[in-house]
Amino acid sequence: MERPTPTLDYRRKNKKRGGTSLWQDAFRRFIKNKYAILGLVILTFMILFAFIGPYFSPHQDVPDVTKANQPPSKEHWLGTDNLGRDVLLRLMLAGRISLTVGIAATLILLLIGVSLGAISGYYGGWVDVIIMRIADIIYAMPGLPILIVMGAIMSDLKIPPAHRIYYVMFILGIISWVGVARLVRSQILSLKEQEFMLATEVLGLRDSKKIIKHLFPNVLPTVIVAGTLGVASSIISESALSFLGLGVVPPTPSWGYMLSAANNMIDFAKRPWLWIPPGVAIMLTVLAINFVGDALRDAFDPRQKI
Amino acid sequence: MSEPLIEVKNLKKYFPIRGGVLQRTIGYVKAVDGVSFTINKGETLSLVGESGCGKSTVGRTIIRLYDKTDGDVLFKGIPIHSLKKSELRKLRPKMQMVFQDPFSSLNPRLRIGDAVGEALLDHGLVSKNELRDRVIEALEMCGLASYHIDRYPHEFSGGQRQRIGIARALILDPEFIVLDEPVSSLDVSIQAQIINLLMDLQQQKGLTYLFISHDLSVVEHISTRVAVMYLGNIVEMASRDELFDHPLHPYTQALLSAVPIPDPDLKRERIILEGDIPSPANPPKGCKFHTRCPFAKDICKEQVPEFRDVGGGHYVACHLV
Amino acid sequence: MARNIVEFRNLKTYFYTEEGVVKAVNDVSFSIREGETVCVVGESGCGKSVTALSLMRLIQSPPGKIVGGEIIFDGRDILKLSDAEMRRIRGNEIGMIFQEPMTSLNPVLTIGDQLMEPLMLHKHMTKKEAWNKAIELIKQVGIPRAEQIMTSYPHELSGGMRQRIMIAMAISCDPKLLIADEPTTALDVTIQAQILDLLRRLKEEKKMALMLITHDLGIVAEMADYVVVMYAGKVIEEAPVRELFKNPKHPYTRGLLKAKPVIGRRQERLYTIPGQVPNPIDLGDFCYFSDRCEYTMDVCRKKMPPFVADENGHKVACWLYEGEWKK
Repeated sequence: MERPTPTLDYRRKNKKRGGTSLWQDAFRRFIKNKYAILGLVILTFMILFAFIGPYFSPHQDVPDVTKANQPPSKEHWLGTDNLGRDVLLRLMLAGRISLTVGIAATLILLLIGVSLGAISGYYGGWVDVIIMRIADIIYAMPGLPILIVMGAIMSDLKIPPAHRIYYVMFILGIISWVGVARLVRSQILSLKEQEFMLATEVLGLRDSKKIIKHLFPNVLPTVIVAGTLGVASSIISESALSFLGLGVVPPTPSWGYMLSAANNMIDFAKRPWLWIPPGVAIMLTVLAINFVGDALRDAFDPRQKI
Repeated sequence: MSEPLIEVKNLKKYFPIRGGVLQRTIGYVKAVDGVSFTINKGETLSLVGESGCGKSTVGRTIIRLYDKTDGDVLFKGIPIHSLKKSELRKLRPKMQMVFQDPFSSLNPRLRIGDAVGEALLDHGLVSKNELRDRVIEALEMCGLASYHIDRYPHEFSGGQRQRIGIARALILDPEFIVLDEPVSSLDVSIQAQIINLLMDLQQQKGLTYLFISHDLSVVEHISTRVAVMYLGNIVEMASRDELFDHPLHPYTQALLSAVPIPDPDLKRERIILEGDIPSPANPPKGCKFHTRCPFAKDICKEQVPEFRDVGGGHYVACHLV
Repeated sequence: MARNIVEFRNLKTYFYTEEGVVKAVNDVSFSIREGETVCVVGESGCGKSVTALSLMRLIQSPPGKIVGGEIIFDGRDILKLSDAEMRRIRGNEIGMIFQEPMTSLNPVLTIGDQLMEPLMLHKHMTKKEAWNKAIELIKQVGIPRAEQIMTSYPHELSGGMRQRIMIAMAISCDPKLLIADEPTTALDVTIQAQILDLLRRLKEEKKMALMLITHDLGIVAEMADYVVVMYAGKVIEEAPVRELFKNPKHPYTRGLLKAKPVIGRRQERLYTIPGQVPNPIDLGDFCYFSDRCEYTMDVCRKKMPPFVADENGHKVACWLYEGEWKK
């Protein structure tokens, strides 16, 4: 029996890799990615900034009209708003809301979207038909009117402002799972056509093995990309909701709310300290999440070098 | 004569064609429309035919990758299509398959060692400690090296991937392997390596093959017996020598004469078939080949020819023989 | 002797990839005479398609680039022409058909539109003239019901029919050279036989030269007047077809001929060429077949063999024939 002679085989140059798993390889690729690390650093900073930062602030989040609309100074690094509240402190408090909403809404939308999409694609038949028709209906419904109706219902039910944020996350998750579900479904449908999925059947692998070792790692990149986009769009959607008075209610701040609060010409032209900081915060966070998402996607691709 | 390992009895596989908003069935593609044959222990039966003739569907239905529409498949007397899912799973290691496309037949995110060894582990046929040795043994048997075990599929060439696919099937110690066009996407020099490997393994392990191919020259090399398919039916079946020396069905004759032979001095009488293969969703009446047959008569348009033994195990379905 | 229609002179087409330079076509020279069928044969990645694409100037750049050599087509160096001049040659003086008849036709245009376009563009025909010519072409490539085909879309035709349409498009402007890149690889044998027959007939009728790229030695034997064998970006052997099959010289050519199972020639075991094609990245200066060759000598691993012709015009690049050169 002939053996391939590897004389000219460039692959021999590759370092020998021990019996590591895809996950370990992915981790090694991830930490070698400059952008990933940058993204992680920014994200960590943002989380610390939002959740720990307020404890170091000398100010209280209470109105003090005597100090309204002050530009940045030694005392108020980012100035004050029209009610005299410290913008830096509000930026940190708003970060809690925005980050929580962004990440939690994304987790909900991924949970619903991935599982329904996977079930739809994997089992097919009437299950698929039903799930996809529901998805069509949700997709066809205009999002904003529904949100307005839901906001009204929440107000009628006298849901305390502090709890509203959880409902906001839930609503955002509910209305945005459709896109992810479709992505995952089509990914699984195309995977099912691949001969290696047929091979798992011939080999008689258990369903759990098929899903965990063969389907899931190949759907993962799609999910990561969808998740990355989801966080960014949830943060932005939340600001739209808050602007309409459906999300968090004043005085609770969120980045989106702070942005939209500076919606008159005077604030915009004369008081940039009101809207530049939340804008930068949103931008940095979204950018960092995109870096991390891209790096994760590449990390799980064995074709990428370690 | 040796005992049959696989018996296929009047197997049919129809795929529904769906249409409309409600995805209702509006017709059937009769991919396999009643085929019967047996495969004896240790032999290689080849199924040849052009694309769309149903040869791959036969292969996949035999090992129940697809559920049958009608008929029966017996593996050592066990009716494959009547088994419960758990019973089928237990039987899986005995019936394996090697796929056509070396690029899509391996999970790009699974190491070779896992791809080859996972089924053994999943079926509880080996302990975790022994696994690595068994995988290396299988890889080496298929002409790969032990250091390949930790690599990913994209690091291999088409021929090597096909070896991995063979190792993956072989490690389960199967008795029967469906080879679905295993060499048709490989270059000539690599193709010869894989064919020799398959034939060596068959000898060493007493394997039984169903070899599915459109390449008659490869089929002639590897087969014990050959069955020629056209539009879901077997039109001729005989031992290798008999079929290639005395082809009886006009389709077999045309196929044989169409294969280019690497000899510029050889001048052959070539039968060039007119037209294309009809759609299996709407096959012609009577003998399905009559639309392209150069010798078709009136009877061919109306009556389906019987698939009968014309002597010495040479079966043919043609009115003119 | 007929004059050369195409002459490749030391053509070098490289691809600059992340991993390194791939010399897909590495110093290739051969020529095609008027009205002759030249088969370029080799395994995947040997550079046979890239050679043809270089002639058409269809190399994707980046990553590809023609870095050296000349391609003389009908007295002009193709590589020095302007893009506008090249467009006039493409489809007009050189026709090309590809392997995949499914993707080479535009799915949203009718067959008629796609056939008439080059006629109106290159031959300045009116719509009416182009229509009539297109119908004539469809009949020429052996498709019945030409009028009906004109208004059909590609998806309504079978693979074999589509390949016929591709051929009709390629010959529509009466090119002097037709390049066929694996024209039958995606087709069934009975359809392949039809297409090869058609190509042979059209070549005779139109007195075109045919550059047929294939990996199938059977097709070579049936179609070729002259054969060029490529391996890893190099031409390693070329000869008239009878000479090549009767007296193959390069161990690779011999190996290919022995490794292919042939109908009616039953043997116990196939001959195999061990190993696989070398990785094409950053190859050095030695015989690329040396690691798979059973006759390898020290010199093979150190120096590239020169490409030398014997008295019959049979050229080979192999150190085994060093003795003959001195004679």
